[in-house]
Amino acid sequence: MSSISPQEIKNEFTKSKMGIAGISILAILITISIVAIVTIPSETFSGWNNPGNWISYPKVAIPGWVNLFLIEKIPEHKILDEPIEKIETSGQISVISHQFGFNFDYDDFPNDFIYEFSAKYSGAPLLEIVVIRPDGVQLELLSTSLPNSKSETIHTERIFSTDESIRKKLVLQSNKFGFSLGKLSSEDIIFSQAENHQPLKGNYVYLINLYGVESQNEIPKSNLIIGGKAFGIMGTDELRRDLAVGLLWGTPLALFIGIVVAIASVTMGLIYGVYAGYKGKKTDEVLMRFNDVIYALPALPFLIILSVTISNSIFLMIGFLTIFGWVGVAKVSRSMALQIKTRGYIDAAEMMGQKKSKIIFRHILPQLLPYAFASIAISVPAAITTEAGLSFLGLGDPSFPTWGQILHDANVYGAASRGLWWWIMPPGMMIAITGLAFVFIGNALDVIINPKLRR
Amino acid sequence: MFGVLMITLLLTISLVGSNMDTILKQGVVFQVRAEITEDPSIANSFASSEEFEEFVQNQIDQRIETLGLDEPWYSPQRIGLTMYKILLLDFGNATFLTSDSGSSDVKEIILEKLPRTILLFTTATIIISVIGIFLGALSGSKVGSVIDKITSSFAIISSSFPVWWIGMLMIFLFAFVYQIFPARATPPIPSSDPDYIISLLYHMTLPLITIVMIGFGAWAYLVRNFMVGIMQEDFIMSKKIMGISKKKIIYRHALKNAAPPIVTILALSLSGSLGGAIITEAVFDWPGMGRLYFEAITVMDLPIIIGATYILTVFFLISIFIADLLYGYFDPRVRTGQ
Repeated sequence: MSSISPQEIKNEFTKSKMGIAGISILAILITISIVAIVTIPSETFSGWNNPGNWISYPKVAIPGWVNLFLIEKIPEHKILDEPIEKIETSGQISVISHQFGFNFDYDDFPNDFIYEFSAKYSGAPLLEIVVIRPDGVQLELLSTSLPNSKSETIHTERIFSTDESIRKKLVLQSNKFGFSLGKLSSEDIIFSQAENHQPLKGNYVYLINLYGVESQNEIPKSNLIIGGKAFGIMGTDELRRDLAVGLLWGTPLALFIGIVVAIASVTMGLIYGVYAGYKGKKTDEVLMRFNDVIYALPALPFLIILSVTISNSIFLMIGFLTIFGWVGVAKVSRSMALQIKTRGYIDAAEMMGQKKSKIIFRHILPQLLPYAFASIAISVPAAITTEAGLSFLGLGDPSFPTWGQILHDANVYGAASRGLWWWIMPPGMMIAITGLAFVFIGNALDVIINPKLRR
Repeated sequence: MFGVLMITLLLTISLVGSNMDTILKQGVVFQVRAEITEDPSIANSFASSEEFEEFVQNQIDQRIETLGLDEPWYSPQRIGLTMYKILLLDFGNATFLTSDSGSSDVKEIILEKLPRTILLFTTATIIISVIGIFLGALSGSKVGSVIDKITSSFAIISSSFPVWWIGMLMIFLFAFVYQIFPARATPPIPSSDPDYIISLLYHMTLPLITIVMIGFGAWAYLVRNFMVGIMQEDFIMSKKIMGISKKKIIYRHALKNAAPPIVTILALSLSGSLGGAIITEAVFDWPGMGRLYFEAITVMDLPIIIGATYILTVFFLISIFIADLLYGYFDPRVRTGQ
C-alpha cells in the first residue's frame, strides 16, 4: 500500500467508472446544498417546526408535477399575492379594488379559499368580494363592514371560504345554478358549472373592493389562497410544510454531519493507532485494551442514551458519533504502523535523532493517507445513516431539520400506511444517494489500494 | 470481558443516575403524601399548616434516608449495590411500562420480549447468511461474470439504504398498495390464544423480507471478497490442475478456508442485529426488545433502559467470545497458539 503515489491514485481513480459516478453525484449534492443555502432564506429553515410559518400552505398535498401524468388534473394550491390594484375616487367615496385573476384548469373542486389581508383605514369601510367566472356569471360572496374605528388603524383578517355569510350570499343567488345547492360548500358552488355540478374550467377573477367614505384607505397586504390538493415540486406534509424546503436544506446538513464525523473519527483513529503501533510494548497494550472496550460497547443504545440524557444538539451528536467511529480505523492503522515501523528508513530517522512526533507525522502517517481517504469515504454513509436513524427515532436536533426527522414525522403520522409516498420516498432516496456517492468513491479507492480485490 | 461488562454498566448508570435519583425521590414524596392524605386524622391533629408541612417533610426525609437515597447516586455504596443487583439479574420494577401480562418486573418484561426479537433477527440472519454464502461463493469463483457484477452492485447499493426506510417502503407497498401484509407487526390477539404463533409468524413476514433484502447483499459481497483472495491461492490452483471439479473446489476447499472470518462475522452480526433492532422494530411495531428499548427511552423508564442495555451488552460480549472460540476451531493455526 505504501508504494502508490498520489499521482497514480489520481490516474487510477479517473479510470474507474465507479469513482467518477461517485464524484459526480457528490458534485450534484454540493450544488444542491449551495442552491439551498443561497435561495432559501435561513428563516424559512429555522421556522421548520413552527406551524405558524406554514399556515397558508395546503395539508398533505401531492407534488404538483404529478398532474403531468394524470388525465384528471388535481387542483393545484395557489397562493396569489400580487393583485392588480385600482383606486377610484368619486366625490366622497373612494374605492380600492384588488383583482386576482387565475386560470383554473382542473377536474376537481379546490379544497377551500382564504383571503388574508390587512387594511389601513379609519371609519368603517365596506369590504366586498365578488367572483367573475369564466362563463360570465358574477357571484357576490361577501359584503361586510370592517370594525369601526375613529382614528387610523390597521386591521388584519383572514376570510375563510367556510364563512357562513359567504354561503348565505351564495344560496341567495341560487337561481343562477341549474341544480340544488343543498349542503354544498361555497367553493363547490363557485367553481361549478351552472347547469350541473361539475368543475368549471377557465379564468376566474376575484375582485376585492374596499369602499371608504372621506378617508384614504390602503390595503398593504392582500393574499388570495386557492386551496388545492397538489403543491410545489415535492408536495407538503401533514403539518403543511413545504417538503422541498426540508429536502433542500437537509443536503448541506447531511453532508456536513457525514463529512465532519468521518474526518474526525478517521483522524482520531489514525493517530491513536499509529501512536500505539509505533510506541509498542506497554503503551500499545493499554491503548489497545481501551480500544477493545469501546469496540465492545453497543453503539446504538449508547447513542440513544447519550442523546436523551445529555443533549440532542447536532454538534454534540457529531461528537458522540465520532466516539464510536474511530475504533476500527485505529485497529487497522495500528497494524499498518507495526509493519512500517520495521522499515529501514524509520530506523535511520531514529538514529539521526529525530523526534518521535516528527517520525510519526512525517514518515508514518503519510504512508497511511490513501487508506485514510478510503476509510473516510466509507464511513461517511455510516455516519449519515446513523444520524438519520437517531433522528428517525425522534432524537434529532429540532432546530436543524434533517432527512431523518422528515421521515420521523412521516412515520408518526402513518404516511406509509396512508399511501403518502411523496413524504417517504424523497428523503430516503436522498439519504441513499448521498450514501451511494461516498460508497462509490470509497470502493474505487479501496480497489486501488488493495490490488487483491481487483481480480 | 467481564471488565467490559462492568464498564458498560457503570457508563449506563452514570448517564442515567441523576435522573433516576430525581424520579425515585419524587416517588417517595408522592407516596408519603398519599399515605398521609389517606388518613384525615393525621392532618387534623396539627394546629397550623406550617407544622403539618414540617411533619410531612420529616416523614419524607426519613423515608429517603432509610432507602439510602440521601447519599448521591455516585457514592460507591449505592453504585456497588446497584451493580450487584444487576449482576444477579435483579433489575427492579419498571416505572411506567408493563409486560403484556401486566407485570412490571423488568426481568419478566425483558424475558417476554427477548424471544420475539431473537425469533425475528436470528431467522433473518440465518436466511441472510445462507443466501449470502451461496451467492458470494458463486460470484467469487466467477469474477467478472454477470452474477458477480449483479451481486457486487446490489451489495454496494443496498448498503447505503437505511433498513428502516426500506421498511417504510415495504409497508407502503404491501400494506397500502397491495394489502397483503398488515402494517403493524404486533398480532392483535392475546398471547394466550393458540393461534398466536401463526399470527405472529404471519406478522413477521414483512419485517423478515425487509431485513433479508437489505442484508444479504453485503454478506454476499463479503464472502465474495474472501473467496477471490482464496481462489488465487496456490493450493486451489493445484486442485484445479489435478482436475477436481470446480463445484467441489468451491464448496469443499475454498469455502472451508474462508470459514473462519465468515463465522466470526456471522457471530458478530447476530448480536449486532439485536442492537440494530431498535429502529427496525420501531418501524414495524414488532413487539420485541428493540421496541421495548425505544418505548423505555421515550418515557424515561430507567430500570428498563439499564436492564435492556445490560442484556444487549451481555449478548454482544457472548457472541464475541463465541466468535473467538469458533475462529480457533476453524483455523487450527490459532488453536496451537502461534
